[in-house]
Amino acid sequence: MGAPSKPESLYGLLAEFEHAEDLLHAARTAYAAGYRQMNGYTPFPLEGLSGALGQKPTRLPWLVFCGGLVGGGAAYLMLYYASVISYPLNVGGRPLHSWPSFIPITFELTVLGASFAAFFGMLALNGLPHPHHPLFAVPAFSLATRDRFFLCIQVRDPLFRIETTRRFLEGLAARVHEVQP
Amino acid sequence: MSRRKRGKSRDVTNPTVADEPALVSIRTPAPVLEPGHTFGSVTDKISSIVLTRQTSRGWIVGFAISFTLMMAFLYATAYLLARGIGIWGTTIPVGWAFPIVNFVWWIGIGHAGTLISAVLLLLHQEWRTSINRFAEAMTLFAVSCAGLFPLLHMGRPWVFYWMIPYPNTMDLWPNFRSPLVWDVFAVSTYFTVSILFWYMGLIPDLATLRDRTRNRFAQVVYGMMAFGWRGSAAHWQRYEVAYLLLAGLATPLVVSVHSIVGMDFATGIVPGWHTTFSPPFFVAGAIFSGFAMVMTLMIPLRSIYGLQDFVTMRHLDNMAKVILATGSMMFYGYASELFFAYYSGNQYERYVTLNRVLGPYGWSYWGLIACNVVFPQLFWSRRMRQSIPVLFMVSVIVNVGMWLERFIIVVISLHRDFLPSAWRNYHPTIWDYTHLVGSIGLFFTLLFLFVRLLPVISIFELRSLVHETDEEA
Repeated sequence: MGAPSKPESLYGLLAEFEHAEDLLHAARTAYAAGYRQMNGYTPFPLEGLSGALGQKPTRLPWLVFCGGLVGGGAAYLMLYYASVISYPLNVGGRPLHSWPSFIPITFELTVLGASFAAFFGMLALNGLPHPHHPLFAVPAFSLATRDRFFLCIQVRDPLFRIETTRRFLEGLAARVHEVQP
Repeated sequence: MSRRKRGKSRDVTNPTVADEPALVSIRTPAPVLEPGHTFGSVTDKISSIVLTRQTSRGWIVGFAISFTLMMAFLYATAYLLARGIGIWGTTIPVGWAFPIVNFVWWIGIGHAGTLISAVLLLLHQEWRTSINRFAEAMTLFAVSCAGLFPLLHMGRPWVFYWMIPYPNTMDLWPNFRSPLVWDVFAVSTYFTVSILFWYMGLIPDLATLRDRTRNRFAQVVYGMMAFGWRGSAAHWQRYEVAYLLLAGLATPLVVSVHSIVGMDFATGIVPGWHTTFSPPFFVAGAIFSGFAMVMTLMIPLRSIYGLQDFVTMRHLDNMAKVILATGSMMFYGYASELFFAYYSGNQYERYVTLNRVLGPYGWSYWGLIACNVVFPQLFWSRRMRQSIPVLFMVSVIVNVGMWLERFIIVVISLHRDFLPSAWRNYHPTIWDYTHLVGSIGLFFTLLFLFVRLLPVISIFELRSLVHETDEEA
């Protein structure tokens, strides 16, 4: 066991809210109080919550852009290689590098590459699949996918002190749960 | 419910138009979501369909019928693989017949799903929320049915992978200048992207089911499928970006897929096919038939599962308007087909068109005009758009009409092309019909399973809708 103010046997403190506005307010207050290692949990995407918690916009669009480039580039190279280098076939005197007829497949594979990047990039950046998480052990947390809003401040936050953080959260929320790691 | 009332009391001091009942009742369209719902009530209502409701007798009977038809499809397919495609009526000069008609028909039906979920999302049409999940599933199942037909039509489906470019000992490549090869890429990409889009929408709802169910087995299965979704702010942020990007990608994709299907025909020199307007015409037809299919399926579904609060008259009204609009585009297409056949001065084009209207299959042309042009005109009337039986009947009629349209394009153009000595009438066999009806069985089997095992309406998007509605109030 570490110092009493930083218990090792804790993942964090979880505050439960009934209204989205209360969670937004709490997130802003906690950020203003200096907390950084925290996250909000909502049953639907809540506008402004990510910003209130100080999270940076995701890099996902760049990943999707790269996925599209890779898909489209690979497609065009494949078409070029097949039609010009590997198997040059004279069809009615048309040029071997007949690029207009390469466009549809290039387009389809661009979309495919970008979509794979969007789907798997979203999962990877979110750290999913992640079937077990300490939060799932809190019985009330199952309402996070129904109608409750949660804010969890983690032990690893430098400002985390069990008593002060609990008091801080209790000033904002009706219920505060301990999350075991 | 009482806790949602908090914070609304201040509205009393600041009355808005919404507080004047007389003003509201006159011209406001029906709501997208019936009032009085909370986050909890929408969640419980939709998840109860999967988790707590008894499997109804109607479901069992419907599933049994669909499953039987699917078995007929498998039987016909086994016979087809054993005997070859000679069991169908497909023969020269009609080398593309029922299988290609069915392929184009199914893939067109699929397009409404993507249109509803992606295009309407980008256009901020919030009424899509209650129908997008179901429409996406419909897309997936329709494309599954569609994809089977070209495969079976190849005659030797076990070497389907020859269409995919890979280094092979035959030292051959597919002909990348052919729209038929483009089609392979278009349809398989479309199928893959539709699965990704659909599954991504399902993840938060699978987490909801995981947390709502009391059955240990269901908990584990839904839990695995939900990937451990927690709904954290960071999750949602990336999720929303990814979902929006996928919608943006799916939108041009859906247009490209049916355009390429249109090009399959347009690049052929067969009179009646060789026309530049095929791609846009095919896309309009796809939207038309897809919306009709969503309507055909949604009307029974909402009454069986009591979803009238979520799939309101507003949805049906809007879909009827889309059907009317795209139906009018189809009418424009038919009219310009006639005009350009005349205006081209090409005797073969003129003959094919005359043959469509007055030839041995003339009944199908007039059937098409009745189904696709005449009946949708009922939707000009608001009263007709509010009548469930009319909506249902017209949507079924439109589906029949769109099948006829593909029959006309494929079969009538081929059976009399250039040389009268090569003309021959086409006669479908019992196996053609078995495959058509059987594919409908496959489609409904998948739909019945979907309705029973997964949430038919996107729950988290409904919760967002409740939140937005509350904020506006």
